[in-house]
Amino acid sequence: MTKEAVNTHGLAKEQLLQMLEKMLLARALSVRQRMLQRMGKGPMTFSGEGHEAAQVGSAFALKPGVDWVFPYYRDVAVAVTIGMTPVDILRAFFARRDDINSGGRNMPSHFSHPSLRIVSGSAPIATQLPHAVGAALAAKLRKLDEIAVGYSGDGSTSTGDWHESMNFAGVQRLPVVFVCEHNNYAISVPWRKQAAIENVSIRAQGYGFPGVTVDGNDVLAVYGAMSEAVKRARAGEGPTLIEAKTYRLMPHSSDDDDRRYRTREEVEAWSAKDPVAEFPQQLKEMGVLNDNSEKEINDRVNHEVDAATDQVEQEPQPEAPTALRHVLVEGERS
Amino acid sequence: MPEKTMVEAIRDAMFEEMKRDDRVIVMGEDVGEGGVFRATDGFAAEFGEERSMDTPLAESCIVGAAIGASLNGIIPVAEIQFADFSHPAFDQLVSEAARLHYRSNGTWSCPIVVRTPYGSGIHGGPYHSQSIEAFYAHVPGLKVICVASPYDAKGLLKSAIRDPNPVVFLEHKKAYRAFRQEVPDEDYTIPIGQAETKREGSDITLITYGMMTHHSLKAADTIAQEQGASVEVIDLRTVSPWDKERVLESVKKTGKALIVYEDNITGGFGAEVAATIAQDAFDYLDGPVTRVASPDVPISPYSGILEEYILPNPEKIADAIRKLAAY
Repeated sequence: MTKEAVNTHGLAKEQLLQMLEKMLLARALSVRQRMLQRMGKGPMTFSGEGHEAAQVGSAFALKPGVDWVFPYYRDVAVAVTIGMTPVDILRAFFARRDDINSGGRNMPSHFSHPSLRIVSGSAPIATQLPHAVGAALAAKLRKLDEIAVGYSGDGSTSTGDWHESMNFAGVQRLPVVFVCEHNNYAISVPWRKQAAIENVSIRAQGYGFPGVTVDGNDVLAVYGAMSEAVKRARAGEGPTLIEAKTYRLMPHSSDDDDRRYRTREEVEAWSAKDPVAEFPQQLKEMGVLNDNSEKEINDRVNHEVDAATDQVEQEPQPEAPTALRHVLVEGERS
Repeated sequence: MPEKTMVEAIRDAMFEEMKRDDRVIVMGEDVGEGGVFRATDGFAAEFGEERSMDTPLAESCIVGAAIGASLNGIIPVAEIQFADFSHPAFDQLVSEAARLHYRSNGTWSCPIVVRTPYGSGIHGGPYHSQSIEAFYAHVPGLKVICVASPYDAKGLLKSAIRDPNPVVFLEHKKAYRAFRQEVPDEDYTIPIGQAETKREGSDITLITYGMMTHHSLKAADTIAQEQGASVEVIDLRTVSPWDKERVLESVKKTGKALIVYEDNITGGFGAEVAATIAQDAFDYLDGPVTRVASPDVPISPYSGILEEYILPNPEKIADAIRKLAAY
């Protein structure tokens, strides 16, 4: 069987391996948090398992700390690709005092890191998309070479904020990319009950900019689509909607039982296309990875997550009376 | 000193702030064309379409985009055409603007102003008349201002634009052109959270805000002409944070409190004022803490007869003063 040559979109070997490492790190963090939750070490987790290719492929095309990232709660691989560490992620799980995301105020997986320009989000879906539009608007008004990316799931595509954001961004031709991680379920509601179309990307036409559907389990395909969108945004050509078709391998959250609404056959079929298994295979076929270097990366990731877990578990919790602080900005505006 | 209407004073405040700080922009429906109340008249010509920006008619995205822009170095003054149309933006104001600073442990903040005309008495019907201050005064993380006079409007709007927090700035639309007042051309600010005693008195403290301040002053004058009670009228001007100290100090002096607000009586902001007085000035009270407000019907019907029946007015307020004075 002959295989088509893989399009690596100009990525160097080191970059390909970096992408793999981010995917594996995100996976290990999701798995670790699920385990810790089962052990009673925290009340809640949201898993990103299955979405790693969509997330790393898209975030890898951004300039960390320059471009504005508005993630949603499944985006652990976006967060680590932009530069958040396992300690940053696990401090949120354990609700520790020094948690950069929220100091233990927001639920875990509500990523925030000001110096990386990962902006704090809420739980109502799609509310972050108008913020991405606003940050892009500011970049345009101030003539800054910055773009904004608004992430969301397929569930968000039914909301007013989703539509209003696309429309506003289209009218103003803003430097923003909307990434929809389409995993076919809004918790238990399948896509066919959410929308009467197969691909949500076709809606972009109605807002006056391109929309593309891409295999969200193919990290290089996502990277290629995202690079194109980022290039357009930087060139002042306006927004792009990227629909990355993928699948969440775990239930919606630690409180959800997906056996009620997904057949095991369906989950198994998608597990066979698990991106953290597929991508190493692809890299091996390309001669970029071998068993030894794969083990090295896996060992490094596991060690990092173990060390972060041990460290963060010992760290102090917030002091109770600090719950009253930061309701309003203390002091003057800059 | 020039005499101005409130809408002129509001226009001046924004114009001067945009001159003073090029990060300030105005955005909203019809804003570029000058706005339906002309609050941004001439802005597009002076500052360009980018800083005086027309937006699609989508309130949630107007407020949400303002939040996002504020994260990236812009100070947006977003206009919602009528307070009644702000409800689609409730989530952005309550879940996002109000909570961003808190939920990020003080690391993000959004200095935005959301301006909107509110209040009734102009035959606006149920969707151009609502009072919305109680919704937002209930939410920690927002500041809420209610103005109904030109001088206060200019000074408080400048403070709002310079504030590091999200501010909901409510302009009573009946006061936009109802009267003129001396407003300095110079720069001045009025601190957010500071009430003003608009009339001194010794027998009853009347606490109010917005258009009801004018009705209350009229009622107090009527009672004075009758040789009745001496009424002290306090205009809160800001409902979040509100000036508890000034109110309590006055109630401790007079021993009687009358609270007047235009909103529905149940859960209106005056209910909070009443509860605070009952709790913190109980030992000084010489009569029941009393409220005059609109009954619990959607405010307000279009028909002049129906609207007048619903709303507090100087006569209704004067009656309440007489009753409380006689207690």
